[in-house]
Amino acid sequence: MEYPNLNYINELSGDDSSFKVAFIDILKREFPDEISEYMNNIKNEHPREASLNVHKLKHKFNILGLEQGYELSVLYEEELRSGDISLHEKFVAILNQIELFLKTI
Amino acid sequence: MTCIIIDDEASARAIVAHLCSKVPGLEIIEQFTNAIDAIKFLNQKKVDIAFLDIHMPGFTGIDLVQTLKSPPMIVLTTSDTNFAIASYEYEAIVDYLVKPLTWERFEKTIVKIKKASLGQQSSIPIESEACIDTEELYINIDRRLTKLKFKDILFVEAKGDYIEVKTVGKTYTVHSTLKKVKDKLPENSFLQIHRSFVINFSKIIDIEDNSVLIEKNVIPISRSNRPELMRRLNLL
Repeated sequence: MEYPNLNYINELSGDDSSFKVAFIDILKREFPDEISEYMNNIKNEHPREASLNVHKLKHKFNILGLEQGYELSVLYEEELRSGDISLHEKFVAILNQIELFLKTI
Repeated sequence: MTCIIIDDEASARAIVAHLCSKVPGLEIIEQFTNAIDAIKFLNQKKVDIAFLDIHMPGFTGIDLVQTLKSPPMIVLTTSDTNFAIASYEYEAIVDYLVKPLTWERFEKTIVKIKKASLGQQSSIPIESEACIDTEELYINIDRRLTKLKFKDILFVEAKGDYIEVKTVGKTYTVHSTLKKVKDKLPENSFLQIHRSFVINFSKIIDIEDNSVLIEKNVIPISRSNRPELMRRLNLL
């Protein structure tokens, strides 16, 4: 089981703590909107549109060090393009994990 | 030099902007959340560089490159390694960056941009950049210059103020930095996969999770270097 972490953000920020704070703030604002858009597309049975949301969200997985989550997203994005939503629950579990993590930082 | 950033993700724009801010003389004059607005802007103003996301709703980054008659130097940014081939198809594309971006990789982009702007080089993706004149490296050991052939080097490991150059059957300890030795090694054969390791790409036996196997040595892959490694693999 992997957990989100700030390794990449710390490495990117270096000594620039103001950038780190601003960047985390951007993540906190951007992430819920992307989740909401993804959920709407799944609910409205628009898997191709949802694949675009997954494409964006997988970048966040990378940023937060979720390598396995990223691999799953790559696969899920591909499957969504052909209308297969079977990885939805696993994907949502990762989203929930990130959501909780973002509340702690 | 001036640049613009085009990406529909605020976090992605923030990363590019942060990296640009570390480059002396590089000024961000505008940021865009979509390609259409960027095209309008580029039709009115001249900029040197556009950092351009490929995946954007509606009009994609590739659409933008195809639309502009005289585009600036383009650096593609994407989470998707499958679009690397696109960087070979358009003259304006100077480089291709896989997200999440790192300063180390970004620095190389800046070098390529500078070369391209001087007319010494344009639109050459990084794999083909390393045009080496020599096939060996001399290292200073006890005041003796010892020749090492690139093809014999398995990997280089940073150890404090020293580096260890591991070859087939022998390890050399040299007072140097990993960055210095990396700059001397051909980029098409060697790759940094961890803060402390530069490996000879052709010596990889297998890759498992977060490590590569070279001879009997298990070498860690850092998260930030993994995308570049995956990009370089000839994956089936």
